[in-house]
This record gives sequence, C-alpha cells and structure tokens, in this order.
Amino acid sequence: MSQATLRVQKISGHAGSVPGDDAQREYTVCKLIDTTTCIGCKACEVACMEWNDLPFGETVFDNTYQTMPETRWNYWNLILFNEHEKEDGSLMWLMRKNQCMHCADPGCLAACPSDGAIVQYTNGIVDFQQANCIGCGYCITGCPFDIPKMNPKTNRVFKCTLCSDRVSEGLEPACIKSCPTGCLHFGSKEDMKDLAEKRAMQLRTDYNFPQAGVYDPAGVGGTGVVYVLHDATKPELYGGLPSNPSIPWSVRLWKGPLKWLGNAAMIGGILGLVVHYLRFGPKEREETIKQPHEGAEP
Amino acid sequence: MSQTEQTVPAGHVLRYNFKERLTHWVAAGSYLYLLLTGLAFWSPWCLWIAAMLGGGQVSRMLHPWMGLIFAVCVLIMYAMWASHMHVEENDKIWFKSVGYYVQNEDEKMPPAGRYNAGQKSLFWGFVVCMVLLLLSGLVLWFPENIPWSWRYLRYAAVLVHASSALLTIGLFLLHIYMGVFAERGALDSMVHGDVPLNFVKRYHPGWYKEITGQPASPKK
Repeated sequence: MSQATLRVQKISGHAGSVPGDDAQREYTVCKLIDTTTCIGCKACEVACMEWNDLPFGETVFDNTYQTMPETRWNYWNLILFNEHEKEDGSLMWLMRKNQCMHCADPGCLAACPSDGAIVQYTNGIVDFQQANCIGCGYCITGCPFDIPKMNPKTNRVFKCTLCSDRVSEGLEPACIKSCPTGCLHFGSKEDMKDLAEKRAMQLRTDYNFPQAGVYDPAGVGGTGVVYVLHDATKPELYGGLPSNPSIPWSVRLWKGPLKWLGNAAMIGGILGLVVHYLRFGPKEREETIKQPHEGAEP
Repeated sequence: MSQTEQTVPAGHVLRYNFKERLTHWVAAGSYLYLLLTGLAFWSPWCLWIAAMLGGGQVSRMLHPWMGLIFAVCVLIMYAMWASHMHVEENDKIWFKSVGYYVQNEDEKMPPAGRYNAGQKSLFWGFVVCMVLLLLSGLVLWFPENIPWSWRYLRYAAVLVHASSALLTIGLFLLHIYMGVFAERGALDSMVHGDVPLNFVKRYHPGWYKEITGQPASPKK
C-alpha cells in the first residue's frame, strides 16, 4: 500500500499508459525461502501480523504443525506442513512458508476490472490498493496460488504486500527480519537466484538430495518469491505448490480474444444497424411501392 | 395467456396486457442497469459508467441483485409467452427468406403468426442466456466461497457470464432497433398495449386470421 517512493509499472483495469512504465532503472526484488532449513517456528507469521498490524483471528488446530488450513485476508503468511513418507518408509517434515508469490505476470492483476486496485511496482512487488477494490473477487479467480482473500465485512481483498512500505524505505520485509535459521533471504532477483542455485547444488552434492532444485515457475513469468526444495520435481508435496502454475486459460481467453471479439461485435453491430436504417429505413404498416430515383446528380 | 379487459381505440387490438407490459419494463430497466454496470466491469474504457452510477463498490453490490430481478422477470415472461413461442415448420421457411425481411420486402415473407420466427428466436435467446447468466452469476457473486478444489467452476463462470452477456447485447441491440426504429407501432404496443389491425394484418397475418377469422391477403 505504499506508492510514496515506489513507481508503478502495471495497473489493473487501466485505460491508457502507466506513469512508472519505462521510466526507471530499478532492479527486481526477490524473497528466497529455503525450505530445507525451515524449522516451522512461525516467527515469520508473527512478524507479519505484527508489522502489518493485522487483527487477530482464531487459529485452527488440525493435529499438525500448521496454524490454520490456509491464508486469510488478515493472515498473509502461513507455514504449510506436510509429513511426507519417503519410498524407503522414512519420514520427512516439509515446511513451506506460503504467501503471495509476486508473479512477474500476475493473474490477479490481469483479471481485476477496477482501475488501480492492483498495481505492480517497478521493483516487481504486486500490491493491492484496497481503496480502489470493488470486491468482485476476480483476482481470486485469476490467481494460480489461491492467495487473495476477501474481507467479508468490507468486501475488499487483501494479501501479502512483500512489505512494500518497508522495502520502499530500504528495509527488508518483516518475515525476513524474524527468521532464526536464516532460511529467508531478501535481495535482488539475480542475487537470490544465484544464492538459491548454490544452495540447491550443495543439497545435491553434499546432502544426498539428488532432486534438489529451485522453484521459480516460468508459467507466470517467474516469481518474486523463489523456493529451494529438497525435491524440485514434486513441488505439490509442499502444501500443494503447483508444479506448473499459470494464469487460468479461461481468464486469458476472457481478457484477451473474447474482449476484442466482443468489442468488435458490439461496435460493428451498432454501426450495422445505423447503416441498415439509412439504407432501408423503417418498415411501413401499409403496402409499399418501389420508386425510381430521379435526382439531378449522375 | 390470461386475457384481461382493456379499452383500446377502434380498429386496434390488445397485444400486451398490463401484466405483460409491467413485466417487460421491469426487465428492461433491470437489464439496462446490468448492461451499464456489466460494461463497466468488462472494460476499463467503460469504468466511468460505474463511477456515474455511484462507484465501483456500489455497482458490484447491486449488479447481482438487479440480476435476480431480471431473472425473475424473464421467468414470468417465459410462463406468459412460452406457449406462443413453439418453433413451427413455417418459422424455418421464415428464416430461409430472412433476406426479404431485412430489405423490408415483407410481402415476400411467409405469413407469421402472433410472433414471427425472429421474435421467437429473441425470446428463446434471452431465456437461455438468462439461465446461463444466472448460474454463472451465482458463482461470480461469491467467488471467495468456492473452495480451491472447485476452482474450475470459477474459471468456467467468467467465460460463460461474459459470453452469454455479449449474446444478450446482440439480442438487445436488435430488439431495440426492431421495436423502436424499424417496426413502427411495436414500441407503442408495449407501452399502451394495443396495435392497429393494419399492423397485425401486415406483420402477423396468421394472428390476424386468428382474431378476425378472415385471411390477411385474400388475393395471394
């Protein structure tokens, strides 16, 4: 919700150009989450609630280490827990910090009809501006990660801001600040990808995780949050992380070809009717006769 | 259709009674609101319409309720008119010679009954689109309550709602054009209820025969 020092490069539901587009040399920021060193302490959950001043809600105990089944409009950062049984029968506790992925090609923004309700800053952060939100929930449909959540009382949608207010002041997000194991890092996308790849290589060569790798899905243009996973071939194990997320094709069709086809048909239809009226005019109640044109012009 | 009494000018015949007219105009009013706010949600170029109508939030809040009103009206119209709208053999011939109709050469058209094939198509088009819009609209009304495992319902709803709305816009444009501009007397009939017998004779010969017992064009 901070636009004071951040420039905007994409605006939802916007006709015309965007003020910050093509106007700034800015590096893309990125959060790195190393699931292999996360201990599920939930300090990041608390820091998020604390910094963003979110109202408390009841937690839901489901016999695991998870605070509640999914993120909420007032709970943007949730550690998802999965007890995974490996082929050899041994157990792994998989912890994944779930929050907005800050896609380079955000489905929420593509689906949103309200001017300025969702913006993407030049540093890559995707941010909801609740003042402009009309509560239609199209962003919920557009998101491939099930992140935007509606406040039922105000009908406005909320999600993780990547602490855009902190980042705009040169600070790292609150969750990063709180992590005791150092599994969270924040920096430029380039640096984070580099660090993530190094860690994945270490896991492959030194720690017997031959499938270890980095999660930065290309289907949404890459994300502003990247994961290091023990097994990058099965991201679903980590609380249902989609292996190949993309903006739903029906949303793409709706906001793309259907829109142009529909606009052309509507405008063409009106023009067609006008031309028809000029050519044939109204129908008459009585019998009609044909009359030749006897004008002076050739 | 229930026939209620109403005084009409001599040489005129009652085509739409009060209940039919009221239902039609409530449907028309709600449709207009749905069209305007729907266009606002459809394209950023039309978002100003929502601002004119009290803002995006208000439009988003009222659009589904207005949709319910429209759906109920279409349902009532279905109950009143469906029996007149059965597609008959004659209607297929009508569509084959629709070119004459477009060029206002109505004397070359096969004789239509109370409703011609075009009017019947409009009716069924609106009924089918209303059902599609209602079903997809219910999903879009409460998208946050559709569980993640059912998300394909949401994906389908956005497409179905937009496509069927576009179809109704096509029907709506034709309806306005025919009723207000092309077919003089049609709008009057929906306002006052009656049409001149000449109008019936020319455009609905089948219906003319039904009312008067005489063929509309004995020479043919």
